[in-house]
Amino acid sequence: MVPLSWYVALSSFLFLIGLVGVLIRRNIVIVLLCIEIMLNAVNINFVAFSKYQHVIDAQIFVFFVITVAAAEVAIGLGIIIAIFRLRETINIDEFNILKL
Amino acid sequence: MQMALFAYFGGAVVLSALFVVYFRNPIYSAMSLLAMFMHIAGLYVILEAEFLAGVQLLVYAGAILVLYLFVVMLLNVQSRGRFLQRQTPLVAVIGIFAAVDVIALLLHTRFYPELPAIPHPGVPTLGNSETIGMVLYTQYLFPFEIASLVLLIALVGAIVLAKGKLKYR
Repeated sequence: MVPLSWYVALSSFLFLIGLVGVLIRRNIVIVLLCIEIMLNAVNINFVAFSKYQHVIDAQIFVFFVITVAAAEVAIGLGIIIAIFRLRETINIDEFNILKL
Repeated sequence: MQMALFAYFGGAVVLSALFVVYFRNPIYSAMSLLAMFMHIAGLYVILEAEFLAGVQLLVYAGAILVLYLFVVMLLNVQSRGRFLQRQTPLVAVIGIFAAVDVIALLLHTRFYPELPAIPHPGVPTLGNSETIGMVLYTQYLFPFEIASLVLLIALVGAIVLAKGKLKYR
């Protein structure tokens, strides 16, 4: 049986990778991918605690997190396509439309 | 046996997540993310959450990743110039701080061999999918309906955002 702490360690490393990816990359599609990594890190935590505490509710929370992630991807990619039509770029450094 | 499976799946998850951040080409990053999703589904199987493993494969690897690949191919931007952001020194400080934080927490953790099993009297001895269905459609019925509303709004919003060019120009 794998100790619970190992799952928590794995999930924290995964969250760290996602956080650094969001901070350093310029391509906005990759930034969205890194947000997915962070959501998955949280999901691993939820499922691990759900098994070790014998509570099924955490898995339902994971279900809702997946729903929100799907909605976030649809909206985010729609926004990216709209900005790309306007600016012809996907670098976050050049997304300064609000201060035109 | 379970330890070896955890080592394989966990190592593959961390490695493919690193590749997502590392690759310059967005298609390679998306493919690494696909590998990460599949290995996370394997972790869910180890954790006896078979329903969530199936949902992970269907929704993440089947739907969300295909959407990403569509957008990457639709935009078709050659990655030229620098691939990191401009404020990288500040970000390096924040990232190193977060990494030191996580590593310090892990070093101070006592890795307990096993938690004592907590008996849960309320849950009947059903399978994983049956239990989730029972709880989802009774106790969490209202959040379930709200989730469907969120999906509906996302659907309408995505259509409006992706096609409203003529109206706004």
